[in-house]
Amino acid sequence: MKKKYFLNANIIDPKNSLEEFGGLIISEEGKIEAIGKKVNENNIPSREKYIDLKGNYIFPGIVDMRVFVGEPGYEYKENFRTLSNAALSGGVTSVVTMPNTNPIIDNVSMVDFLKRRGRDKSKINIFPTASLTKNLEGTNMTEFGLLQKKGIIAFTDGSKTIQNTRLMSRIMNSAYDLNALIIQHAEDSDLADKGMMNDGIISTKLGLQGIPDVAERIIIERDLSLLEEHKCRYHISQISSAKSVKIIKDKKNFLKFTCGVSINNLSLNENDIGEFRTFLKLSPPLRTEEDRNVLVDGLKDETIDVIVSDHKPEDEEQKRLTFAKAATGSSGVETLLSLSLELFHNESLKLNTIIKALTSNPAKILKIDKGNLSIGNNADFCIVDINKPWVVKKENLLSKSKNTSIENKKLQGKVTNTFVKGEELYKI
Amino acid sequence: MVIELILMATKSNKAIKISQKHLLGIQDLSITDVNFILSEAKQFINLNRSKNKKLDTLRGKTQINLFFEPSTRTQSSFELAGKRLGADVMSMNIVNSAIKKGETLIDTAMTLNAMHPDLIVIRHQDSGACNLLSQKVNCTVINAGDGRREHPTQALLDALTIIEKKGKIQGLKIAICGDILHSRVARSNIYLLTMLGADVNIVAPTNLMPKDLEKFGINKFSDMKKGLYDCDIVMMLRLQNERMNSSFLASNREYYEYYGLTPDKLDIAKDDALIMHPGPMNRGIEIDTNLADDINKSVIQEQVELGVAVRMACLKIFCN
Repeated sequence: MKKKYFLNANIIDPKNSLEEFGGLIISEEGKIEAIGKKVNENNIPSREKYIDLKGNYIFPGIVDMRVFVGEPGYEYKENFRTLSNAALSGGVTSVVTMPNTNPIIDNVSMVDFLKRRGRDKSKINIFPTASLTKNLEGTNMTEFGLLQKKGIIAFTDGSKTIQNTRLMSRIMNSAYDLNALIIQHAEDSDLADKGMMNDGIISTKLGLQGIPDVAERIIIERDLSLLEEHKCRYHISQISSAKSVKIIKDKKNFLKFTCGVSINNLSLNENDIGEFRTFLKLSPPLRTEEDRNVLVDGLKDETIDVIVSDHKPEDEEQKRLTFAKAATGSSGVETLLSLSLELFHNESLKLNTIIKALTSNPAKILKIDKGNLSIGNNADFCIVDINKPWVVKKENLLSKSKNTSIENKKLQGKVTNTFVKGEELYKI
Repeated sequence: MVIELILMATKSNKAIKISQKHLLGIQDLSITDVNFILSEAKQFINLNRSKNKKLDTLRGKTQINLFFEPSTRTQSSFELAGKRLGADVMSMNIVNSAIKKGETLIDTAMTLNAMHPDLIVIRHQDSGACNLLSQKVNCTVINAGDGRREHPTQALLDALTIIEKKGKIQGLKIAICGDILHSRVARSNIYLLTMLGADVNIVAPTNLMPKDLEKFGINKFSDMKKGLYDCDIVMMLRLQNERMNSSFLASNREYYEYYGLTPDKLDIAKDDALIMHPGPMNRGIEIDTNLADDINKSVIQEQVELGVAVRMACLKIFCN
């Protein structure tokens, strides 16, 4: 590989507290050789060709902590190749995949398959999770230690919650012993039973069963009470309500844990469901505008650590149904960054806060050396024209499933190039 | 005032057009639409009482009744309404249809659409099913009840019954009591009766009260005795046992004690208060059996009668 020179870029690398105008040099091995304001026209070899980024941004490759892939079992929804292409077009270079496949990722024999497929078919970094319980049944825990040795990055039941309190306490103890990361999707299944959207005036009007926000709060409060007794690496997958933010903020004063939020809950609210738009049937559900505002504030004051896409590809057949019967979730890995930038453009959040929640924070929680532009590290990064206007059209999406929650939305900011290990794998 | 509006509407029917292509819910209708429908319906009341009930208004039109939920009165009411207007009416038997073989609603809709119906009357257990259907077919869709969202013709026939009996709706105090949470009848009536100027009290145990209902401009009560005070109309709802998937209530007998309409509770309402019920009734659970049959107080049979007239009006107006 030839050395690459990029000049005149706005560089943001939260891990290294770097926020400056300058350049980037990629070595022949695809590593970051030099970065920052010291890299400019005057101190690169004059014979070398360089790429003038004309003020466009360089961000570390995004680390998306919550992605569903269809392999194995649901390849018609998304496979590693389509996921990889979709991710790259959105500047995402590392993804954490959920274990809700068929069969479920709950034993070591599955991990080899997953790693092999991930390596052969995708160009991005795949970090698979395994389930917390066998067959996602919420009764017997999986082999955290052995799975971790095989390369499992964290444990979660994905779209399911550990309901049994005793089991949860034991999971926490085991996670402590084995230094495993536990990711909880927080929702009390009895309170949320048959629920389809936020419980409130819109659900009453549409005649849809509601999911009260207390269903989320009660699991968070329970888990954090347990965590006081059973310390471990604990992460709340994604929260949706103002009440949850408040509890998490209070508990973070004396407890160590982390928490995420889906870009959907940061950008949309229950009103967007309109007349039964099934693409907005999500878990956790979209809540009120007030909840959304408090979630944004939660990112601002670092109560919330991570923004995820909650990328859940579903084929059209699963969405062309009544709201009650339609599948839950939306495709989002390729719009994660652009939609996040909306919060910068409307002056809700600083750019650095957004990029941190998309790169260095998830990497730190996962204990992986990704999501940064440290010298000597693999050059995983994206180039972004943060002002470029574009419209989300499902026919342009690269994901195999087109169930975007923001069809026809006008966005500002688009990834123009994405690099993994110094190799350009996406170009607009 | 409502009467005047109706009279006005009757005189100038030719000039009035309905604002919607489909009848999916009261929420979509304007007050002009509602008065138009009610005035048309009034004209059909006498026709239905006469010997020759058949018109040719919808001759040559095809009406398909697509009922995914069991129904006696609504389905037969729509069937009669269509036939009396001269339409060819087909009622799909879901039990024997491809839906039982796993066909989706949209595929069923597309299949039926290919046969060029002019009207599809749909009842479905999922809220929003009629909205989905209306997006996929070319003909007019009439909602005969979707999940717990809306049942517009029921609300319209209730309004017509009240107008027939009380001469107006504006200013009346109307209590709607029972399983509001699961009730599309309650929702449609809340929209319609508040639109027509009634003061609506909603009475239900908290477990059967939907979230944020007070934001629809009604008064909420969990104490039936307070909720019935001074009411002109007491509308009872069926306790939908078949939808109870967990314990909303302790027992039927306790429900009857606190929320069943009994003579002593009815005494709290106005002396000339009328009892309504969309049917089918659970006698001895939400309503005392003698009260239900008391022809001086109960207008339950009139509701059924006017139901045909209202549905004729809806079919006629929306089909054109």
